Amino acid sequence: MRKIYSKLMENLLSGKFVYTAEIEAGKTTNLEEIVEKGKMLKNYVTAINVTDNPGACAHMNPLIPSYVIQRDVGVESVYQITCRDRNRLAIISDLLAAAALGIRNVLAITGDHVIFGDNPEAKPVFDLDSATLVYLIRKMVDEGVDLAGNKIEGEVKFHVGIAANPNAVPLELEILKIARKVKLGIDFIQTQCVFDIDVAKEFLREVRKFNIPVLIGICPVRSIGMMKWYIKECPGGIKIPADMQERLIAARKQKGKKAVLEKSIEISAELIKELRKTTNAAGVHIMAIGFEHVIPKIIEHSS
Amino acid sequence: MIVLKQKPLDWILEAARSYDNILIVGCNGCSGIYQVGGEKQVKNLKMVLEMALKIRFGKNINVETCTLLRQCDRDLVASSLRPLVKRIKENGAIISLACGAGVQTVSNVFPKVVVIPGCDTLFVGMRTKELGEFNELCRACGECILFETGGICPLTRCAKGLLNGPCGGMREGKCEVDPTRDCAWALIYERLKAQGRLDLFLKFRPPRDHRVSASPRVWRGE
Repeated sequence: MRKIYSKLMENLLSGKFVYTAEIEAGKTTNLEEIVEKGKMLKNYVTAINVTDNPGACAHMNPLIPSYVIQRDVGVESVYQITCRDRNRLAIISDLLAAAALGIRNVLAITGDHVIFGDNPEAKPVFDLDSATLVYLIRKMVDEGVDLAGNKIEGEVKFHVGIAANPNAVPLELEILKIARKVKLGIDFIQTQCVFDIDVAKEFLREVRKFNIPVLIGICPVRSIGMMKWYIKECPGGIKIPADMQERLIAARKQKGKKAVLEKSIEISAELIKELRKTTNAAGVHIMAIGFEHVIPKIIEHSS
Repeated sequence: MIVLKQKPLDWILEAARSYDNILIVGCNGCSGIYQVGGEKQVKNLKMVLEMALKIRFGKNINVETCTLLRQCDRDLVASSLRPLVKRIKENGAIISLACGAGVQTVSNVFPKVVVIPGCDTLFVGMRTKELGEFNELCRACGECILFETGGICPLTRCAKGLLNGPCGGMREGKCEVDPTRDCAWALIYERLKAQGRLDLFLKFRPPRDHRVSASPRVWRGE
C-alpha cells in the first residue's frame, strides 16, 4: 500500500463518490479568471485539473495555475503533463518545481499531436511517452531519483494518474495499454468523455481486475456542432448513443440553442446518477471548458 | 530503400545555368530502382537541360553523363568519375541524381567541383502500391526492436514515435494525425495477435537512450 499524499487520493480510496473538474490555463497572463473559476468550483469538487497546452495550443504553463488554485482557492489541483512539448530534462525540472510547490496529483498523458494546435509548425518532442512519464514519476516518488538515477534532494510526493478511452475500438488494445501502466504503478485512471453508460460499464468491468480507482469523464455539450465534433472529430473517437443525440437535437429544434446545454446538463446528471447507482466508478471528472458554470449544476442534479 | 524525388526542373535549371560543362551522375541503387535517378532519368535530364538552357537563356552547354552502380561507394565514384570530371574542368559542375549520401560522396571525392543535388532525399522506405506510393519504414535509430513489434516499427510509423503506444488519439485503428493512415500500434497489436505473441504488447519500453542515434553518427566497425 502506497502512502496517501492528497485529499483526492484519500477520497478516491474512501469509497466516497468523487467529483473533479477541469480548467484551462489559457493563452493569457491573467490568473484572476482562473482563481474565480476555482472559487466557483471549490465547494463542489475534490480537485481541479489544469490542462497542459490542450489541443496542442500554447497556454500558460499549467504548473502556475495548479499552484495558485491550491494557494488562493484552497482546492487541490491535478497538474496535467503531456510529453509533446518538453524533453525529459524539462519534465523532470517541472516535476521538481511542482513537488516544491506542494502539488500532489499529476496526470501523465501523451498529448495531442502538434498539427492540431495553434502553432502547427512546432517540432513534436515525445522524448517520453505517457508510460515512460509514469515510470519517471514512480522513480522520483519511490526511489528519490530521476530517470538516470541521479539523487533528488527532498521528498517527491505525487499521485500519478493516467488517461484512458473507454470508447476505444478495439477496447482490448486500450486495456492492454492500461495493464502496461498498472504494472509500472499508477494511482488513478481518468477517462476520456463517456456519453454511453454501456461503454462506461464495459470499461469498468474490464479494468476492475487492476483495482485502480476510475474517474469517468463527463462532457456536457453546449451545441449540436459540439456534439457532432465529439462523434466525428475528437481524437480517439467518442460514442454518443442515438437516443441521446435525438434528445439534444429535439431540444435545439423545440426551444432553441440555449436549450441544448440545459438538456445536456440533465443528461450528464442522469449519467452520473446511473454511474453512482450501478457501477464501481470512483467518481466523475467533468470537462466543460469555457462554460465551467454548468459544473455545479450538474453535480447538484446528480447527487 | 532510400526514397527520393527529383527536384523541380526550374530549380535545377537555375542552379545549373551559370555553368558551361555539366556532368550528370545517376545512381542505379535506390534512386535508379525507383526511377528517379537511374540511366533513363539521366538521359532525360541531359536532353531537357540542353534544350531548356538553349531556349530560355540561349546558352549551349556541354553535358556529360554517367550512371554508377552505387553513388555512395567512394571507390566506385573515384574510379568511374575521374576521367569525366577532367572533361568538365572549365567552369563545370556535377548534377547528382542520388540521395544525400551519394551527393556527399561525390563532393567528398572531388572537393573542388560544385555538386548540385538533383533530388530531395525523403526517407528510408518501401513502395507499397503499384502506382508509386512510398511509405517510411525505418528511421535508422540504431536499436532495432522489430522482433518484438511484429516487424512494424513504431518509432517510424507512429506519428509520435511512441515506444509504448498507442496514444489516446487512435481511432478504430487509424492515426489521429491522418485518419487515412493505420495506427502503427494497432497494426502491431493485430500482427502480434496473429502470431500468438500478444504478451509482447504488454512489454514496457523504458525511455530511449538518444545517444545511440545522436547526429552525426560514426561507425568504426568492431
